[in-house]
Amino acid sequence: MDIRLYMAQRLSAIIMIPLVFGHLGVMIYAIQGGLSASEILSRTQGSVFWFLFYGLFVIAVSVHGAIGLRTILSEFLRLNDLALDAIMWGFGLVSIFMGARAVSAVTWL
Amino acid sequence: MANTKDTMTVKVWRGDKHGGAYHEFAVPRQDNQTVLDVVSWLQQNRDPNLSYRFACRVGMCGSCAMMVNGTPRWTCRTHVNKVLDANTLVVAPLRNLPPIKDLVADMDPFFDKWIEAGGHHDPSASRFDAMPQIAPDDTKRAVANESIECINCAVCYAACDTVAHNENYLGPAALQRAWTLYNDEKVNDTDAVLAAVSGKGGCHNCHSQGSCSLYCPNELNPMRAIAGLKSATIKHQLKRGR
Repeated sequence: MDIRLYMAQRLSAIIMIPLVFGHLGVMIYAIQGGLSASEILSRTQGSVFWFLFYGLFVIAVSVHGAIGLRTILSEFLRLNDLALDAIMWGFGLVSIFMGARAVSAVTWL
Repeated sequence: MANTKDTMTVKVWRGDKHGGAYHEFAVPRQDNQTVLDVVSWLQQNRDPNLSYRFACRVGMCGSCAMMVNGTPRWTCRTHVNKVLDANTLVVAPLRNLPPIKDLVADMDPFFDKWIEAGGHHDPSASRFDAMPQIAPDDTKRAVANESIECINCAVCYAACDTVAHNENYLGPAALQRAWTLYNDEKVNDTDAVLAAVSGKGGCHNCHSQGSCSLYCPNELNPMRAIAGLKSATIKHQLKRGR
């Protein structure tokens, strides 16, 4: 891991700290009163706030997870740099794509 | 061995880079006995072909480090009484370094990385310039002082799991040396020091597991030095605006 990957991973971690707590808090809050899926969607769809909240979350998670996976594979499988970078980018882009689909489904009208 | 009271089992790794095995010996116990004493006794009394390194015998030269019951230690200052496990001592060459023969590990990778991390003096002034005046209580001097007692024994290098899994990683001793240089007024180009520790095997690979600081026989704290390097490299990078 060089300094750029290190900084990207730390920056994404800093972004995730409040988002993780927000995410957990909202999950716990949302199920207290027994909200149904459609009631939750009626609150999130069309909401710029939740779009930005989970959009940023997805990007941060994808960056953080992809770099972390690269480090783990580097140390335990000792793959070469080309393979590591390919897996990192592949994992990161798939994560962003899947996350973006979920965010758009929940927050777009 | 006049004051012999008992014996212990000592398993010593014999072999070379192609492989080896543990050989078992019964060695007389003594009241005051270091692991190096045991290895020397074996070489002098049981196995003259046994190879091992030592020089000063008082914890200054860093030559005699070995794995003792799975833990890297300076053997000249390690009392048998404190490390004996079930009356058995298992002695092997330092981990994370290729064995040359028996208990002698090849230190080349360790010192090559020392150089790679910028571990050489690049003076900021010539002999014709005045000596820089550095107050003993200067903040940077105090930080540099924390690490200068390193004796290059490679105990931290052998203890580090990141070294074990990442052959490019410079390791705790080399990075700690770089941190000392970074805080030394007499070093010319501290940016070069930061560049040397920011590459593929640089300080950012450290997982802060802390084995280096736990096992350092001189009770230095390479993990803190590496944390300092991480912080300094990031500040430097942000300052450059890239």
